Amino acid sequence: MRPRAILGYGAAGVGVVALMLFVGWWRVDGPGAPAPVGQRPVALTEMDFRLTDHEGNAVGPETLIGRPTMAFFGFTYCPDVCPTTLSDISGWLDDLGNEADEMNVVFITVDPERDTVETMAEYVGYFHPALRGWTGPEEQIARVADGFRATYEQVPTESGDYTMNHTASVFLFAASGRFVTMIDYHEPKEFAVPKIRRALEEEMEGAT
Amino acid sequence: MKKYILTSTLAALLTLGGFSAPALAGPEDVVVENAWSRASIGMNRPGAAYMTIRNTGDEPVTLIGLTTPLAMMPEIHETKTNAEGVSSMNPAGEIAIAPGESVALEPGGLHAMLMRLQEPMTEGDTFPLTLLFDDGGEVTVEVPILGIAARGPED
Ligand SMILES: [Cu+2]
Repeated sequence: MRPRAILGYGAAGVGVVALMLFVGWWRVDGPGAPAPVGQRPVALTEMDFRLTDHEGNAVGPETLIGRPTMAFFGFTYCPDVCPTTLSDISGWLDDLGNEADEMNVVFITVDPERDTVETMAEYVGYFHPALRGWTGPEEQIARVADGFRATYEQVPTESGDYTMNHTASVFLFAASGRFVTMIDYHEPKEFAVPKIRRALEEEMEGAT
Repeated sequence: MKKYILTSTLAALLTLGGFSAPALAGPEDVVVENAWSRASIGMNRPGAAYMTIRNTGDEPVTLIGLTTPLAMMPEIHETKTNAEGVSSMNPAGEIAIAPGESVALEPGGLHAMLMRLQEPMTEGDTFPLTLLFDDGGEVTVEVPILGIAARGPED
């Protein structure tokens, strides 16, 4: 009687575990999974692009490996989103103080037609001293955006000019090059700063 | 026209008197507060200005446009960011403000887009911006120009 009862509970236990596993699968990978909103960027170690920084140096994904990285896309003719993001980033860096000293902070233009190396140099000079501005040929910009799973698009304006729609999130990578997380456009600093700390704290090991 | 002169004079008086905000002016019940903008690099890039527009009256008001000697094409724009994190910017059209309500023009949402600048926006300067309402009313506010990296009206 007694052993049988134990067996019964055991079987029930296995059933519960199986059910939990099934529910877990259903929610994470199965039909119950949430629709993926965008895709995660690949690791910097898997990206391949050649750009020029605002001081004229040749740069690529390998330039960023070894230090944590905060990167985002924009263009210098952007009146609202880009200065706001740059000011937000300056504020976060000020909050982190010395903690962020060893961090790469990169502004990558999606408008290489107007954002030359000289233009980038002038523009980044108005913001935080850690900020680097990267530009390059359009096909290389396209490769960067592809690696980041970012998008951009030229849109004509009524004034006869054009503006750029673009991914406005800030991307965080660990020193290993592994993608950590992203900060949404204009996300409050209470959320943004801890995310940056996560990227700073991650060890070099385990690049995936 | 008379009202415009009146509001300009009032704005000038307020400016001379050292009142930067709230800029109380024209049609009766509209109060503009915390106006600010960022300095520009040269004249090729569009500028943006921000402010809070408060309707203190009993009737709805509708903002239909902007004029300013600073820019040939000033226009209210709205920045939107979609679920994929992609931001875009488009004309916002007319903006109705219910009695007692206010509308905030602030980074990441609505802004006064200043296209085709007639002169560079220099930190420390101000420029007049006139808000046009559907009843023909106008409100002119002096907008301070802050640094390029300014985050808000207090920066
Ligand atoms: Cu705009």
